[in-house]
Amino acid sequence: MPTESLPAPVNPPARRPRIAGVGRVLVVIYAILALGAFGRSLVQIIQQFDQAPLAYTLSAVSAFVYIVATVALVARGAVWYRVAWITISFEMVGVLVVGTLSVVAPELFAHASVWSYYGVGYLFIPLVLPVLGMIWLSRKRPTTNPESAQ
Amino acid sequence: MIEWFSYAQIAVAVLAGVFCLVVGFSGRIPNDYTLGATALVEVLLVIQFIVALLAPAFGNDARGDVLEFYVYAVSALLLPAAAVFWALIDRTKWSTVILGVACLAIAVMVFRMNEIWLIQNV
Repeated sequence: MPTESLPAPVNPPARRPRIAGVGRVLVVIYAILALGAFGRSLVQIIQQFDQAPLAYTLSAVSAFVYIVATVALVARGAVWYRVAWITISFEMVGVLVVGTLSVVAPELFAHASVWSYYGVGYLFIPLVLPVLGMIWLSRKRPTTNPESAQ
Repeated sequence: MIEWFSYAQIAVAVLAGVFCLVVGFSGRIPNDYTLGATALVEVLLVIQFIVALLAPAFGNDARGDVLEFYVYAVSALLLPAAAVFWALIDRTKWSTVILGVACLAIAVMVFRMNEIWLIQNV
């Protein structure tokens, strides 16, 4: 890729974490959602995987993606920054696609997943969070001087 | 679970959550009041956990999925503890906001636990 121009691990001596200020709240909400999605998918897979393999596999995948996104938001460096973009975009697409499918083809997603009905079971947080995450990321690119971050 | 106790617990968690959010957004770092409110939420969770462990021995069985209930219960126990831990390390106003977010998440989780215990599968 042509955008590999900057050396990733070069951080200013301060080693200030990318996440400061209100972004920390974002990370905590991500962590809570990751915990919730993980817990639910664990229960679903242990107890009733054969009832709805598609929905439950999706639950597990989404849980995994939320966990990775949480880590990526906290971690420093250009690679993690890219991982954060990928996982958060995946969540955005996931909640939109699965949310729409659960409305138009409910037989596919009769069993709840985090993203069913645009995340209504999670107070629509799965719908709002990726947007906030993207806004946050676009304001905090590691290419700009991290010293000015706050 | 004991119904009135869970409702009291949800009320306390909502009050503590709103309180911490207000204090946090007004710019204060975590103090004894916000940490205390979160600690109270945690203590109630511990009591609730013990109640849930003992309740079946007194004929108060969960109607819903016991595994799902305990996944919620254990996650809930971790959450305020983690938020307090965070607040002790990171002394900024955002930690106070985070205490509030954790308390509100607990309110939702206890509501869900209540549903599982009392309503699910009926």
